Amino acid sequence: MNVTLKVWRQKSKNEPGRFVSYAVRNVSPDASFLEMLDVLNVELVKKGEEPIAFDHDCREGICGSCGIVIDGRAHGPGRGAATCELRMRSFREGDTIVAEPWRAAPFPVIKDLIVDRTAMDRIMYAGGYVSAKTGGVPDGNAILIPKPVADEAMDAASCIGCGACVAACPNSSAMLFVGAKVSQLALLPQGKVEAKRRVERMVDQMDKEGFGNCSNNYACEAECPKEISVTHIARLNMEFLKTTVA
Amino acid sequence: MEKLIAFYNSSIGKKVTMSLTGLFLCTFLVEHLVGNMILFAGREAFDSYSEFMVANPIIRAVEYLLFASLLFHPLVGLLLWINNKRARPQKYDVYMLKENTPLASRITMLTGSLVFLFLVVHLRTFFIPLRFAEVKPSPYGLVVEAFSSAPYCAFYLVALVFLAYHLRHGFQSAFQTLGLRTKSYIGLLDAVAFIFWFIIPLGFAAMPIYFYFFQPATTAAATALGVH
Repeated sequence: MNVTLKVWRQKSKNEPGRFVSYAVRNVSPDASFLEMLDVLNVELVKKGEEPIAFDHDCREGICGSCGIVIDGRAHGPGRGAATCELRMRSFREGDTIVAEPWRAAPFPVIKDLIVDRTAMDRIMYAGGYVSAKTGGVPDGNAILIPKPVADEAMDAASCIGCGACVAACPNSSAMLFVGAKVSQLALLPQGKVEAKRRVERMVDQMDKEGFGNCSNNYACEAECPKEISVTHIARLNMEFLKTTVA
Repeated sequence: MEKLIAFYNSSIGKKVTMSLTGLFLCTFLVEHLVGNMILFAGREAFDSYSEFMVANPIIRAVEYLLFASLLFHPLVGLLLWINNKRARPQKYDVYMLKENTPLASRITMLTGSLVFLFLVVHLRTFFIPLRFAEVKPSPYGLVVEAFSSAPYCAFYLVALVFLAYHLRHGFQSAFQTLGLRTKSYIGLLDAVAFIFWFIIPLGFAAMPIYFYFFQPATTAAATALGVH
């Protein structure tokens, strides 16, 4: 299939960027969006032009490296898939596809479609871990956790930290990301020990990084490649409230 | 106190302020609607209810809380809105938010601002004459007079549509911010939210419709003047 790609090109963090249109010819409808970029980049290199820079790693939707806003949607059209899982058959022959980097003040563009997402790492450093010694692998059923709670924690833990929630949110809020990270640990006995300190520090860091405020319109949940529920944001709010009230 | 200031300074703290003031305003809406229903019982009943409300010290005390909420809710909302705009200095060329979110949630700031403007006019029409005029008019008469005007009725009804949209998003949002919109309560919350965003504005809409269509203009003018 043939499409036109209108893509954001920006040489570096400090230089202004602009949109450039490229004709992409003979792409397989079964190619992923990233593979389409690979095909285009080969052409660009052959012509002696700078290839389009984009983040990628596993290319099977589990690492959280890739992330492009495609036609106004984080990770492109469809639900529950990262950019690497988006197939070209999602578009029509002759379409003009607009590809932009995540747009948020805490995510400055490094080059073309690559943004600096270390703000999310700094939120994790602030408290997204268990520092208590949990010992070796416990015997089966030594720590009893009800199945629904374990499932809920597992759902939260499926967050791959891609930043689509921030990119999709009209306020560039990171509440779904922080909600998932706080939730997965707050639900489990190993994480409960430091729950209070964790939520205080992670929310504080999130605010310092300059993310916006959640206005509960749930665009994040709709665009999350792991379909993480906004009920984790409710849990984050509750955990944070408990630190002040209790 | 230090803990409270730190809480308020956080993003979640400001959202909780929005939530609590919003929910307080929602409880006021219930009281206001129930009280206004007395309008259908006639002039005497409504005027004596109005008199009771003005004379009641508890109601007067709660009134301060109401005005504080009316001030803080839009003010903190504005602060959050400015902050949110700063979080995305470079806009998207194409941004399909409408594919992922309901309309009500995308226009909360707009509907809120319009409801606030409506409230200014609303207070000017009813509250200020009733509270500050040298010769206190009949509350029932004021209502009849206001709703005998077609443009005022239309303005009132349009404002109620904006209020409905504001509550459509705001009510569930308030519970989400308080951490109470959990999987087990989403169904119940949606049902209660329906009462707030649909039934209550509909109840308020009944008044201009009733007074405009079912009260002859001559009677309306006579009642406004206090002629029995």
